[in-house]
Amino acid sequence: MSRISRRGLLKTGVAAGVLAASGLPLMAAPKRGGKLVLGLAGASTSDSFDSRTHSDTFMAIVGQGTVFDCLTEVAADGSLVGELAESWEASPDARVWTFNLRKGVTFHNGKAFGADDVIESLNMHVEEGSKSAAKPIISAITEMKKLGEHQVQFTLGAGNADFPYLMSDYHLLIYPAGQIEEAIAKGIGTGLYRVDSFDPGVRFVGKRVDSHYKDGRAGWFDEVEYIAINDANARMNALMTGQVNAANRVDFKIEPLMKANPQIEIVEVTGNRHYTFPMLTKVAPFDNVDVRIALKHAIKRDEMVSKILQGHGRVAYDTPIGPANQYFHEDLEPIPYDPDKAKFHLKKAGYDRLDIDLSASSAAFDGAVDAAQLYQASAKPAGININVVQEPADGYWSNVWLKKPFCAAYWSGRATEDWMFSTAYEAGAPWNDSQWDDPEFQDLLIKGRSELDSEKRREIYHRMQQILRDRGGVIIPMYANFVQAASTALGHADQIGNIGEMDSVRIAERWWMK
Amino acid sequence: MASIGNIILRRLALGILTLFIVSIVIFLAVNALPGDFAQAILGQGATPEAVEAIRRDLGLDQPLATRYVQWLWRMLHGDLGISFAQANFASYVGSASDAGAVTVAEQLAPRFRNTLFLAGVTAVIAVPLSVGLGILAALYRGSVFDRGVNIFSLVSISSPEFFLAYVLILFLAVLDPVLPSLSNIYEGMSFGERLFKTLLPALTLTLVVTAHMMRMTRAAIINLLASPYIEMARLKGIGPLRVILWHALPNALAPIINVITINLAYLVTGVVVVEVVFVYPGIGQLFVDSVKIRDIPVVQACCLIFAAAYILMNLAADILSILSNPRLRHPK
Repeated sequence: MSRISRRGLLKTGVAAGVLAASGLPLMAAPKRGGKLVLGLAGASTSDSFDSRTHSDTFMAIVGQGTVFDCLTEVAADGSLVGELAESWEASPDARVWTFNLRKGVTFHNGKAFGADDVIESLNMHVEEGSKSAAKPIISAITEMKKLGEHQVQFTLGAGNADFPYLMSDYHLLIYPAGQIEEAIAKGIGTGLYRVDSFDPGVRFVGKRVDSHYKDGRAGWFDEVEYIAINDANARMNALMTGQVNAANRVDFKIEPLMKANPQIEIVEVTGNRHYTFPMLTKVAPFDNVDVRIALKHAIKRDEMVSKILQGHGRVAYDTPIGPANQYFHEDLEPIPYDPDKAKFHLKKAGYDRLDIDLSASSAAFDGAVDAAQLYQASAKPAGININVVQEPADGYWSNVWLKKPFCAAYWSGRATEDWMFSTAYEAGAPWNDSQWDDPEFQDLLIKGRSELDSEKRREIYHRMQQILRDRGGVIIPMYANFVQAASTALGHADQIGNIGEMDSVRIAERWWMK
Repeated sequence: MASIGNIILRRLALGILTLFIVSIVIFLAVNALPGDFAQAILGQGATPEAVEAIRRDLGLDQPLATRYVQWLWRMLHGDLGISFAQANFASYVGSASDAGAVTVAEQLAPRFRNTLFLAGVTAVIAVPLSVGLGILAALYRGSVFDRGVNIFSLVSISSPEFFLAYVLILFLAVLDPVLPSLSNIYEGMSFGERLFKTLLPALTLTLVVTAHMMRMTRAAIINLLASPYIEMARLKGIGPLRVILWHALPNALAPIINVITINLAYLVTGVVVVEVVFVYPGIGQLFVDSVKIRDIPVVQACCLIFAAAYILMNLAADILSILSNPRLRHPK
């Protein structure tokens, strides 16, 4: 019985009816009340309500997860639902998108929400000189038209089937038109909680609004308080001593101790965050596909997960598309650790033995140097001599990454396949850290972008992941989990969102006090 | 008394010179660290164009000397500038004005108040405690009490601060939850609440600074107990406590005051680790964060505050020891 998730139950209405009739309580139903206190890493004294500057978890939770809303929302199961938009439709070429907005929504200051708010809020990201991370998304829009008080039409330069997905990005918060400056200063949104007090880098307090369009579906707490605790030990202590109800980024080393505490639950999800070893595929010897295949077979992926992530992750087979993506290739054929096969491909490439440098630093990811050393040990029997170069953490991303032919790196992943690929795998993209330029891959990338049929898109994106697995230039041995800890006094649905930390930053919306 | 006024003026002038030198040293040191603000803040996203853009926006592309002189000029006009982080965030917004950005002074003021509050609470606990313990240890010299206090205070001063902090958290917050392990004080808290939240870091700091002051008090008094005038007092039949409090202590004040003020200066400047462990929103935490991202305006301002605290405390120590010593008060 417990294997049926709440969501699965809702989908199969018949079963739900039967169970409801039998009166079996599947799960304690969420109820209103209580105060949620979070201890969060990822805050800074320069934090503000300006979503263009949001880059870390604290403000993502305060912004998207508490005070503001976006047009769309990715539900915990990965499906796309409307937030401030009720529905949307596309032209057949996926170039023109019409969004029908929710009616009767008001901002915290009483202003009614409408089409102008959407247009003005999105335009913030493409203002002259704006460095918003969402600029590429919005600058792809060639025209924004107000069709009615509650209808907006976007025309894109080129078709993009993922457009509604992109509208759920945590930078694309909706502010009240004409009062954006004030809204940024005070934090005026349409979210479930209004700002009570905010001290950047220290603390945020929000109070539940009296009535909200999500009533009955989300927003169970009366009050939420987020405390910035960047020190990992202090954060875990605060949870152990009951001063916070939940904390993010559990230190893997103390996770077993936390687990032993019966009042604490470790909540863990595998998302798209992945740790990588990119090679420059235009630099010898990595320009030779057989060398790349040899390197793929010379790494012990499961050992990486068990020793570097202490088991808090999942083995990956060189694709940056993760379990939180729509078209994640679940059944990608594993790449086994096989020194003989590696040796074979090395020989095919014309090498008896291979001497290469691998640059690593703790800046790439926690334990990157250890991971490089494990790689060194496992590659030796294959005749690959990896020399681990320990680089300084300062300036690692400027001086090593994208410059040294073989190094360690990480990606937090992207919500959509196209976004991930066009950021780091499209020929000519500035962060293409493997100088990847495969004709078939690039063709598929363009094709997938404007394809609306989801079966065809699945085919395209699976094929692209297969290409990266077979001959790609990035070794991706593992997905790293989001690990958070919560008091057992909190209730939550079976499925936890895996786009970001803390239930895809929406803990204040989705969780409740038991 | 005119001489004291002279001394103060001279010392203050020297202090300003010291601050000037400190600012140069810090400026050079932070700039000598690998990486700069643009690289640190961009992290993985540090494309050459983005780094260039931030450097240009913040004036980091100008030569060192120019930047220092600009900073000094503004500082002399009482303007500590805007932190790189704030200026950079303001430029994200596109409206390239600094109008909305928070200045370094505005950023530091509440933090500094919090740090002073923590130092104040600690001083109120630690100073009477250590002087009292020192007097008692001198009184019962060689006894079990004396040795016990000595060992305890030496152990606590020899342990790293974060270790003491965790031991206190273990006993007072986890095993026996009487005090909160989180000292996140904020505007609008009542004084009582604030005090309660500050108690655990204050106790940690007390353990750190007590040994030094206690042992100095004890040594200074014991030193005097061998002098003939104390023997005279004893022969008159005065009790040991009265001998120490009335006869020995006034003459031992100079060294005691000295060590107390040095420890007070330490409380302002050396609380960084304790603030991080207890999540206390003081100046130390801000300082650490700013060094990490090479935010020079904030680092400079913090260092000037730290240096000024030491200079003023040292000055206070000298003045007080002159005032407490008639021989220095009336030089021949």
